[in-house]
Amino acid sequence: MNQVWIAIVAIIVAPLIGGLLAGIDRKITARLQGRYGPPLIQPFYDFFKLLGKTRIATSRTQFIWLYGYLIFMIAALVMLVLKQDLLLLVFLLGFAGISFVLAGFSCKSPYSHFGANRELLQILAYEPVLLLMALGVFATNGSFMISEIFESSTPLLAKLWPIFIALLVVLTIKMRKSPFDISTSHHGHQELVKGIMTEISGPYYALVTLTEWYELVLVLGLIALFWANPLWVEILIALAAFVLELIIDNINARMTAGWMVRFTWAVGLVLCILNIAYLYFMKGVS
Amino acid sequence: MGIIRASQIKSPWILHFDNSSCNGCDIEVLACLTPLYDVERFGMVNMGNPKHADVLVVTGPVNYRTARVLKNLYSQVPDPKMVIAVGTCACSGGVFHNCYNILGGVDKVLPVDVYVPGCAARPEAIIDGVVLALQKLAKAVGVAK
Ligand code: SF4
Repeated sequence: MNQVWIAIVAIIVAPLIGGLLAGIDRKITARLQGRYGPPLIQPFYDFFKLLGKTRIATSRTQFIWLYGYLIFMIAALVMLVLKQDLLLLVFLLGFAGISFVLAGFSCKSPYSHFGANRELLQILAYEPVLLLMALGVFATNGSFMISEIFESSTPLLAKLWPIFIALLVVLTIKMRKSPFDISTSHHGHQELVKGIMTEISGPYYALVTLTEWYELVLVLGLIALFWANPLWVEILIALAAFVLELIIDNINARMTAGWMVRFTWAVGLVLCILNIAYLYFMKGVS
Repeated sequence: MGIIRASQIKSPWILHFDNSSCNGCDIEVLACLTPLYDVERFGMVNMGNPKHADVLVVTGPVNYRTARVLKNLYSQVPDPKMVIAVGTCACSGGVFHNCYNILGGVDKVLPVDVYVPGCAARPEAIIDGVVLALQKLAKAVGVAK
């Protein structure tokens, strides 16, 4: 019974935190650019405004995939707050990403297809890193369960810091920030219109925004796991990662999709593999 | 729902369309996004996609070729929507008035909500125009103060 309540509270509170973080994001970005910036609750205004717009249906299957995106994301978040299996969480996150790609492919617009192709490349770039993260946790704790992470006395960061760096790259991709602002071209409207979001409008855009808030909280939660005890360090490390992303976003130009895959594989994957290989090597020695 | 109606006037996303202007007004529209004017304070964001826009900002006179494009864009913007004609050309045809290829102001093709005159219209005037459009929208949805 207690677990059900934790899940319900997480489902309600996560989008509030996500929306507030998005507001902080826009404010800090504006300040870094020498502007005043919108009010902190601007993302919520945008969200409710989008709910009030008329629906323009381009494809019915698209809506089903968008609901799938939301539901898989919520399921992954519930797995996290209930401290369940990390590997399963990564798979759920993968399903959510694929649902979004299929939503992009299910209408005829070429921009939407371009965006979906690039989203697929993003998944290709970050999914191996997430899987290897789960494997790294297994190598240190001997279990995929998140509850085990909270029970161990030394933080994961001590042994898994290379994987942590790789995870920060994943956070940039997931937040769709420069240099990985690839599939929705948030700042480059002239290039792809709005990429995978082109045909998603009105209330369905609001749905995607909601899912992105869940996603942001979820990925920050994964980052926080690297220093699970005590709670305040956990929150601090997630916030620090978030602010770091904003700074990276503002000092970088957008890169191409091919560069993204090469970079994440050359840096992210190599860091992860070396990390895990070292862990098993040390186990073999002792 | 009250909260939805209140939000509608807090977050105008703008689609900027250039008919056949001399680019003077377009540069002023973009100047609104610079740190000096920073329209994002009012929640205004420049969108590249008509399906995400709330306010259609049109510069320049309509000619026979852009009329079709303009109508197409307008029909892709989901309701509730507003149209703002920026610059003398967009209001009446301006210096291009009576040219052989020019239909005239934007109101020859679309229902215009707010006219912002000036050659080129100043950024302050454009921001005033958007605020006026929002007041009209607030009256229309019934949240006017
Ligand atoms: S109003 Fe003046 S500045 Fe604007 S498009 Fe017309 S001629 Fe150019």
